[in-house]
Amino acid sequence: MAVSKLALAATSGKNCKVLLGLRLLAFSATLSAAIVMGLNKETKTFVVGQVGNTPIKATFTAKFDHTPAFVFFVVANAMVSFHNLLMIGLQIFGGEIEFTGFRLLSVAILDMLNVTLISAAANAAAFMAEVGKNGNKHARWEKICDRFATYCDHGAGALIAAFAGVILMLIISAVSISRLVQPNKYCSTTASPSVVP
Amino acid sequence: KLKSTLIERSMVKLTKRIGGLVLRLAAFGAALAAVVVMVTSHERASFFAVSLEAKYTDMASFKYFVIANAVVTVYSFLVLFLPKESLLWKFVVVLDLVMTMLLTSSLSAALAVAQVGKKGNANAGWLPICGQVPKFCDQITGALIAGFVALVLYVFLLLYSLHSVVDPFLLQKS
Repeated sequence: MAVSKLALAATSGKNCKVLLGLRLLAFSATLSAAIVMGLNKETKTFVVGQVGNTPIKATFTAKFDHTPAFVFFVVANAMVSFHNLLMIGLQIFGGEIEFTGFRLLSVAILDMLNVTLISAAANAAAFMAEVGKNGNKHARWEKICDRFATYCDHGAGALIAAFAGVILMLIISAVSISRLVQPNKYCSTTASPSVVP
Repeated sequence: KLKSTLIERSMVKLTKRIGGLVLRLAAFGAALAAVVVMVTSHERASFFAVSLEAKYTDMASFKYFVIANAVVTVYSFLVLFLPKESLLWKFVVVLDLVMTMLLTSSLSAALAVAQVGKKGNANAGWLPICGQVPKFCDQITGALIAGFVALVLYVFLLLYSLHSVVDPFLLQKS
């Protein structure tokens, strides 16, 4: 059956390297999303009026923590990248740890929870960015991207990285769940190839 | 004695299956409630001889919320009738994960926009709208709460389907 073949493949050495590569990619994607959005700041001076002949200037800043959705975005991406770092460390340095039933189950459950967390964060930030880019006629909210173009560009880059992280975390979670089907086979790069059935 | 343990085991299995069905029915009800409450929310307000109508289609994330919860409703309804011995249960685990992802993403997007509608955003110059259309805001809040209940139920459903597909004795050290 397809599921048992997938389970066999999941415990072989080659697929363990694939899982490690996927986790590294997801870690770097979510970390870069968190860093780019966290350092997102733009300051601009605008002319707001005129007194006689001299224009009055006012300075405005656009920062990520003006919007709660972006704060949640940064925090959630940091948490997911930390989770991936933990799993990578476990896979590389935890060669002697035996993955009995509950440990494998907890890895799968943590992966599932992190998938939902990262998808929530990416989506909230995406819809807030859409309101900032297009404004909203009905609520009379003006768009801000025409004035703070660099801020919007950096935010868009962070969003793309986060959505790549969502897809990667979904694949990782599917692989973790498929590894549950055959317990007591552990996935370690220091294990001997005799483990493969 | 063997016959009593067999009866016990089948009773446990039946209880688990009924529990799963009840959870699925409750999640279906919650998602349906979220869709219905948000779709029927509209309010007309007028100030300074300008009349504005607030509908759920004004915001893109509310539209996404309605679509996502509608998909979850239809999916839950279909899974309610899946027979016990079907081979599709392994597929149900992955689909449950996808549905949970849909629910969290739609709920958090709708919450982000609704929070701006309620409190405004002073730095961007966006004024809150809940003062002018309070009934609309209340219905949106109700729909979001129903969506949150559906999400919590779906997390439990995900764990339940995982438990029913994978070997139930996984938790024992073997």
